[in-house]
Amino acid sequence: MSALELNNLSKSFGGLHVINDVSFKVMEGERRLILGPNGAGKTTLFNLIAGDLAPSFGTISLAGEDVSALPTNRRAARGIGRTFQILTLFSGETVIRNVVLASLGRTSRRWKPFGSLDADEEFRASAMEILRTVMLDHIADKCVSETSYGERRRLEIAMALAQQPRLLLLDEPLAGLSKEERKGIEGLLNALPRSLTVIMIEHDMDVALGFADRIALLQNGKLLVDGSRDEVIADPRTKEAYLAE
Amino acid sequence: MKTVGIILVTAIACILPFLLPGNFYLGIATQILVYGLFAVSVNTLAGYGGMVSLGHAGFLGIAAYAYAVTSGTYGFSPWIAVGAALVIGTAAAAVFGLIALRTSGLSFLMITLALGQIVWGVAFRYTDLTNGDNGISLGRASVISADPLTLYYVCLAVLALVMVLLAAFIRSPLGAAIKGVRDQPRRMSTLGYNTWAIRYVAYLVSGFVATVSGILYVQIFQFISPHALSLTVSSEAVLMVIAGGIGTLFGPLLGAGVVVLLKNVASAYTDRWPTLLGCIFLFIIIAMPEGLLPGSKRILAGMIGSFRKGAAPSASLQPTSRAR
Repeated sequence: MSALELNNLSKSFGGLHVINDVSFKVMEGERRLILGPNGAGKTTLFNLIAGDLAPSFGTISLAGEDVSALPTNRRAARGIGRTFQILTLFSGETVIRNVVLASLGRTSRRWKPFGSLDADEEFRASAMEILRTVMLDHIADKCVSETSYGERRRLEIAMALAQQPRLLLLDEPLAGLSKEERKGIEGLLNALPRSLTVIMIEHDMDVALGFADRIALLQNGKLLVDGSRDEVIADPRTKEAYLAE
Repeated sequence: MKTVGIILVTAIACILPFLLPGNFYLGIATQILVYGLFAVSVNTLAGYGGMVSLGHAGFLGIAAYAYAVTSGTYGFSPWIAVGAALVIGTAAAAVFGLIALRTSGLSFLMITLALGQIVWGVAFRYTDLTNGDNGISLGRASVISADPLTLYYVCLAVLALVMVLLAAFIRSPLGAAIKGVRDQPRRMSTLGYNTWAIRYVAYLVSGFVATVSGILYVQIFQFISPHALSLTVSSEAVLMVIAGGIGTLFGPLLGAGVVVLLKNVASAYTDRWPTLLGCIFLFIIIAMPEGLLPGSKRILAGMIGSFRKGAAPSASLQPTSRAR
């Protein structure tokens, strides 16, 4: 069964066609890589899937359900989690509170007007578990503004995982990281459960190609090549449009 | 340290009427409590919700008029008037929130200004109900109490209750969500939060607190006129919040104290008290841009830090210098 299906998806800003008639399927548990040069429309595609942008045309189906008209929060409730290329964290809060806020979003307890959030042991325990997964448990009570860039990148992933998503969208999770930090994130990505469907935008080819089952190559908002990793790498259009850069 | 401070301030507030020289100063102290509560309502929206409103005096005024009309014009008991004012004021917030929250940022500021001006216009022009510019005066029988000391303690008790409830609310999951939407609305939406609904709750809570302040306002002045709904009153509340410390629980009370004291005390000595108020705000913005309360904390922490630093090295350096 397909975890995500895009049908003739298009997005225009005035006369500018950022996404142009893109269709592909992502199967459950698949690792899908979105490739493309700068300005190809990769992040716009993520914004359309997550619900930050409404499509100009076409449909988005999540596990068979058309979610094209749903707002972002309701798509999140149906299992879409994402990270951002530009870090989007609560920098004035502690690391663990960021994860607790992320966990809270999927429960009805987010509407509770009384009772201290910090005193909720259940949320704290599950947040600590996630922080252990991303190896940030040792700085759980540190303020995010005092953490390193690499730690913040991990926290981005931790927050998305705290949502317990069915489909995880990773927007350049390795951007701006050192070689050592990249290795750490690579290990983390490879350890993600196979039941989780992952779509990733990434320019680090060593990590990205090792991670992907299938690849979709975008150019000028159009789907240029779609296929298995080996097929896409071997395709001359891939070399011409992207790998030759 | 914080708890000690709160207990100390509460204790001083409790014995204050017996320390003040007369009813004039007791009246000013009561005004500080009422305007402080109003500033707290603005801070709930601006400080925690990230939405600055220039029309909040509208809720204060609607509640005050609702009370005055129910109790004064129609002669119902003050407690029925309190209930009517609470319902009408909060209902107005519920309706205005639906309109204002279609926007954000500067547009939100302007639409709240417009809504506030509409309410002011109705109060000014709908003379059959509001008595226009002359306002509505209430007799002693139309208010809960006309005794200044009783009024002071009623206002103090209501303020204390609101502050306790608000402190619990801000620490709650919903309070955390409100602050989250203020800081990272896009992330919050991605995490599954309905950012519009969360903002709406913040607007409603803020409107409700402003409504309570409006009921207290009409108790202490026993009078309501369109002036209470004016842009000046809304702007002063925003200034109180900024001066005291936006996004802090007690900062707006401090800001209200500064503004009300200047208005009442400085105006007795000079007609140019607004100039003095402006100068004081300039000083606050330059010296403590985060506001009086957090600014004072920062300066105090710095002084304690430098005192400790000064004491520690002199003790540790002494042997070194002797060794030399």
